[in-house]
Amino acid sequence: MLKSRKSLLLLAAGAALALSPVAQARQWLLPSETMFTGAGNEWLTVDAANSTDLYYYDHPGQAWDAVVTAPDGSVIPVENRMVGKLRQVFDVPIAQGGTYKISVTNDMVMGSYMLAGEKKMLPRGTTPANLAAAIPAGATDVQTAEANNRIETFVTAGEPTTSVFTAGGKGIEMIPVTHPNDLAVGEEATFQFMLDGKPAAGIDVVAIPGGIRYRADIKQMDAKTDAEGKVSFTWPEAGMYWVSASIGGRRGGGEGAGGPPPATPPQPEAPQRRASYAMTVEVQG
Amino acid sequence: MQSKQKFILTGVTFGAAGMMASPALAQTMDVTITIPRLTVAEYHKPYVALWIEQAGKPARTINVWYDTGKKNNAGIKWLRDMRQWWRTVGRTTPTPPNGVTGATRAPGAAKISFTSGKGGMPVLTAGAYTLVVEAAREGGGREVVKVPFTVSAAGTAKGSGKGSFELGAVSLTVRR
Repeated sequence: MLKSRKSLLLLAAGAALALSPVAQARQWLLPSETMFTGAGNEWLTVDAANSTDLYYYDHPGQAWDAVVTAPDGSVIPVENRMVGKLRQVFDVPIAQGGTYKISVTNDMVMGSYMLAGEKKMLPRGTTPANLAAAIPAGATDVQTAEANNRIETFVTAGEPTTSVFTAGGKGIEMIPVTHPNDLAVGEEATFQFMLDGKPAAGIDVVAIPGGIRYRADIKQMDAKTDAEGKVSFTWPEAGMYWVSASIGGRRGGGEGAGGPPPATPPQPEAPQRRASYAMTVEVQG
Repeated sequence: MQSKQKFILTGVTFGAAGMMASPALAQTMDVTITIPRLTVAEYHKPYVALWIEQAGKPARTINVWYDTGKKNNAGIKWLRDMRQWWRTVGRTTPTPPNGVTGATRAPGAAKISFTSGKGGMPVLTAGAYTLVVEAAREGGGREVVKVPFTVSAAGTAKGSGKGSFELGAVSLTVRR
């Protein structure tokens, strides 16, 4: 189903919720090439950015630490990393045959506690690692929820391999049924989404082709994962696509925007678990 | 069953059911590909790949034209510019074997004959196939022409297609 940007805006404007009418920025990793010859001496360059339009640079550059996993499971250090005003750029040597994963993960903890009769919020930048230190002695009624963000892209030298696709971590992960470097116009591709290592059933997944700036229709495709966490898209045109899934937060819960308000409003004290996933994949024409 | 079918498609078996493997009845596919003459400032002869597709079977590369004259066979670096071929079959053999490669060709009609069972050319048993031709030109465009054809019980077929910018007419005749 295609959804136009106009109708999205109207939907947002008409919603009686405190939905921001400004679209939330999208986070992405954009590879210079997804299919390498496999000669052993090739280079990949990647743009990493947070932007409203795909794939343009219109938000402050992010100092993300990308992890590159090679087909043999080793982690390859990135080279020439540059965090600019609007984007980050880095290079990756492609020396092995097979599929590489480039990913950025960010795990945060949100929440609050009571101290001496006063409610205190956990500071920004709290992570599972420093959570214990962020809660002072004597704090009570500690309420926390994790927010796990993951951004990925994949490139392949020679034949595609599947060694880099593993699930078992936190947040949302993608396990391919169709290899992300084996996508073509008019063909159906299926991906399985996992939440905390288990199939993520019934979550919303969107796919949007790049080049938003020069078209009127956002051409967003919407889908929902089945009981096994699987979702399928048939690509209408060639190009780079941004495929994203999330729970919690403004992008999550597609019914929140238009559906009836919940019978009992969420308790402000209970922070909402959030997780998001976004990958850039290339569809061949 | 699947592996047996694959084996038949390679065309090197003897006595497989339903096959006529006698060398006296060698099956030949003649393909004519027209490379259009383009008036551009800097012209490079296109890389061209030919492969055969059949539903449910792995695609078979039968011919790849690339710049074979480069030092250390460096011309293979750009084979991936034939993106459909690369994705479908090319990347499984990033260095195509001698039997299927050839130099790039000048504009005009090129006629090539493939003998079943030699090089990459499979024996074509009765059924529906598609010959796919993809051309990619440095500094130019890329085009794919698909020529569907049906091989008769006698092992013969005809087919034709046409490109519009990087490829002209493509025709094929399968004969015995």
